[in-house]
Amino acid sequence: MHGTSGQVAEYELAAAPARQATGRLTHLQQLEAESIAIIREAVAEADNPVLLYSIGKDSSVLLHLALKAFYPGKPPFPLLHIDTTWKFREMIAFRDARARELGLDLIVHTNQDGLQRGINPISHGSALHTDVMKTQALRQALDSHHFDVALGGARRDEERSRAKERVFSLRNAQHRWDPKRQRPEPWQLYNGRKRPGESVRVFPLSNWTELDIWLCIHQERIPVVPLYFAASRPVVERHGELIMVDDERLPLLPGETPRLKTVRFRTLGCYPLTGAVESAAASVAEIIRETATTRFSERRGRVIDHDGAGAMERKKQDGYF
Amino acid sequence: MTARPDPNAFALDRFLAHQERKDLLRFVACGSVDHGKSTLIGRLLYGADVLFEDQRAALAAESRKHGTQASEFDYSLLLDGLAAEREQNITIDVAYRFFATERRKFIVADTPGHEQYTRNMATGASTADLALVLVSAEAGLTRQTKRHAMILATVDVRHLVVAVNKMDLVGWSQDAFRTIEAEFRAFAAAIGVNEIACIPLSARRGDNVVAASPNMDWYGGPTLLAYLEDVPVAAQSRRQTFRMPIQLVNRPSPQFRGYSGRIAGGEVFPGMPVTILPSGQISSVDRIVTYDGDLERAAAGQSVTITLADQIDASRGDVIAALAAPPAVVDRLTARVVWMGKDALAPGRSYLIKAATATAKANVEPAIEVFDLDTGDSAPADRLFINDIGDCVLTLDRPLALDPYADSKETGSFILIDPESFDTVGMGLVQGTAGERQQHGRLRRALRWIVGAASAGARKRSSSRESRLRSIVKAISWRGTGSVDTFIVTFIVTGNYTFAGSVALTEIATKVMLYYFHERVWSLIPWGR
Ligand SMILES: Nc1nc2c(ncn2[C@@H]2O[C@H](COP(=O)(O)OP(=O)(O)O)[C@@H](O)[C@H]2O)c(=O)[nH]1
Repeated sequence: MHGTSGQVAEYELAAAPARQATGRLTHLQQLEAESIAIIREAVAEADNPVLLYSIGKDSSVLLHLALKAFYPGKPPFPLLHIDTTWKFREMIAFRDARARELGLDLIVHTNQDGLQRGINPISHGSALHTDVMKTQALRQALDSHHFDVALGGARRDEERSRAKERVFSLRNAQHRWDPKRQRPEPWQLYNGRKRPGESVRVFPLSNWTELDIWLCIHQERIPVVPLYFAASRPVVERHGELIMVDDERLPLLPGETPRLKTVRFRTLGCYPLTGAVESAAASVAEIIRETATTRFSERRGRVIDHDGAGAMERKKQDGYF
Repeated sequence: MTARPDPNAFALDRFLAHQERKDLLRFVACGSVDHGKSTLIGRLLYGADVLFEDQRAALAAESRKHGTQASEFDYSLLLDGLAAEREQNITIDVAYRFFATERRKFIVADTPGHEQYTRNMATGASTADLALVLVSAEAGLTRQTKRHAMILATVDVRHLVVAVNKMDLVGWSQDAFRTIEAEFRAFAAAIGVNEIACIPLSARRGDNVVAASPNMDWYGGPTLLAYLEDVPVAAQSRRQTFRMPIQLVNRPSPQFRGYSGRIAGGEVFPGMPVTILPSGQISSVDRIVTYDGDLERAAAGQSVTITLADQIDASRGDVIAALAAPPAVVDRLTARVVWMGKDALAPGRSYLIKAATATAKANVEPAIEVFDLDTGDSAPADRLFINDIGDCVLTLDRPLALDPYADSKETGSFILIDPESFDTVGMGLVQGTAGERQQHGRLRRALRWIVGAASAGARKRSSSRESRLRSIVKAISWRGTGSVDTFIVTFIVTGNYTFAGSVALTEIATKVMLYYFHERVWSLIPWGR
């Protein structure tokens, strides 16, 4: 999916034995083994598990590790995608192709009520749109399928309030996260027990950083959505963000004309809420270089985080991932 | 030293190769409130250059709003994650931070200093390779510092780095530093912690954090970051013999039955004789299956799927262990417990115990002792309250395979779960395996070991390794031949056949053993095969 001719040599380099001379595993090997153990533990303690598949790079790594965890079998759970109907078109195409290729069940859920009310990120703003079309939609899907354990690709380094998030994060029957009821996890001993109605969100990638994710994608040749790679795309500049005009639903403000720029995305979400960065990085190796030298954290491109420093914590208490 | 290379002078292959070889160091950071821990960690992250521009801009804005310092950056604000904590200006939970240099990735468990949060510190320390202990040069060692060191000793963190902070407030005085260092070393030695490094620094000013201090010429040692980058980390696990708790049985088809788990200790290879506990069944490893292909050998820390040579009835919670040295199978144990529940631990109460992947019911017996973190003494107690550390005896409703914590953190630790709320209410360390069940008497184990080794040897696909039984038989046949020779030669020389006979017999006895061990040692050496 991201093959460019210049990458062959680098792949050879990546395939060199990565085990330490001292017999210790490298940091990537350790992260991977740890994440696989977490995925298996989540499934072992679940009645009806699901993988929250957001189509982004973290989900791609998570899905790949799930394939590894259950090899030679298949992951014993479906993928769930919450579709706000505002995702980039390339994301949807990638999602469908990937699920087909791997022969995995894919459940796509949209908040029909929100859709009928016409909730959208443009006229209702990011906060309401995210609440109705993501947070509420996710709760609906988890409830209607009776999923009790949901695996997600969130990382602790993404945002400050996540630094204290547990790997097994307990949610009450309303899917709310209560900081006081979170369980200590000494020696990576996870407690997946829950009372009726309660559920657990599990984050196997908790200890990964953005750079680790890209190194893994490189080493394991994991396919990712092409939007991560630089290409010429039509964008408008709005509140200091470069917003891609992915379809005709994005109303242009007076004086705005889409211009072609060489950009890529560091995170993916609803296209009107996701800022692009100007970049020439067109391969995984180049992205790794950029990630390792960049001066801006990845969440900068996410419009929803600018709602204030405590914004993510509030959303999480409400049941947003 | 900088983690973020200059984009222009950036050699991609070299960078990738570095990243490939990087290892992981986990450390726990602790210290009394206000000794400067948050500032120091913020400074480490800042110094290692993992803070991005926009986070930095947000930090500057917040420093103005909440900051306790008038105009400078308040690094500690980087670390307080939750709004509730920010408003009350305290840290109440373990937070995990990440930074990396060219050589290492670091995971920092940042634990709160208030003494009522013993449980958070114990949690943060449980997975740490080393501990960073903050001591303010101005305030010196406090009761809390000592309690923290006790907790670290309890969960067996053997390597401490003492950051003597706020050196600027004591005029960068070497005497002040040496006094604290000596006091700490004396105290640590008393509680059995001997690997200690002390570094004088100023978190606020940055002296000796990332860059060497211009104010303390008398200190010839490394900066804190340089020390953390260089300090050798112990092997993944202390336990050298193989154990793998089964997480789940992988049965995608009737032809395949694999046991998935993460190796808790030692090494495993196809053909290795193993026992499945608690049942005690014996088999040998057939394949080590991974998505990336079968492995010839796998070691502690790796997640794998193992198939066995025999049809065996094993399931989640069982432990696959080296037949040569399996863990004890017990239904009664003494444990050191760090209590975390709001309701006290008391005799007669039952909890769920989760040890590795196994769960059982545990009942608390009457004798409880509570550990005094100030004096290091134990005293009988009625119950253990939240944040107490103490010893108790647990009776289990079914036997579990366990090691002493001192031998293996992975198979010697457990959590206690409240049977109603399902909250995790305690963390425990196996001290003694009081109720070892007789089915693993020494003689039977030895017998099984030899027999199992023979059957495994017979099944082995590659004959590159000698089975134990074969080694024994070879030793006897060789000695038999050799000793007849000894008898004849001795008889010819001395003319005394009783003397020649006893020489030959002694020789048989000692040399069979010698030969056997010689063979076994060679069988472990891959060289020349
Ligand atoms: N003079 C001086 N003050 C410091 C130093 N390090 C931290 N402080 C101050 O000590 C106070 C407590 O620091 P903080 O990092 O919040 O401590 P924590 O409670 O251990 O996390 C703050 O006012 C810091 O600015 C230092 O090296 N020198």
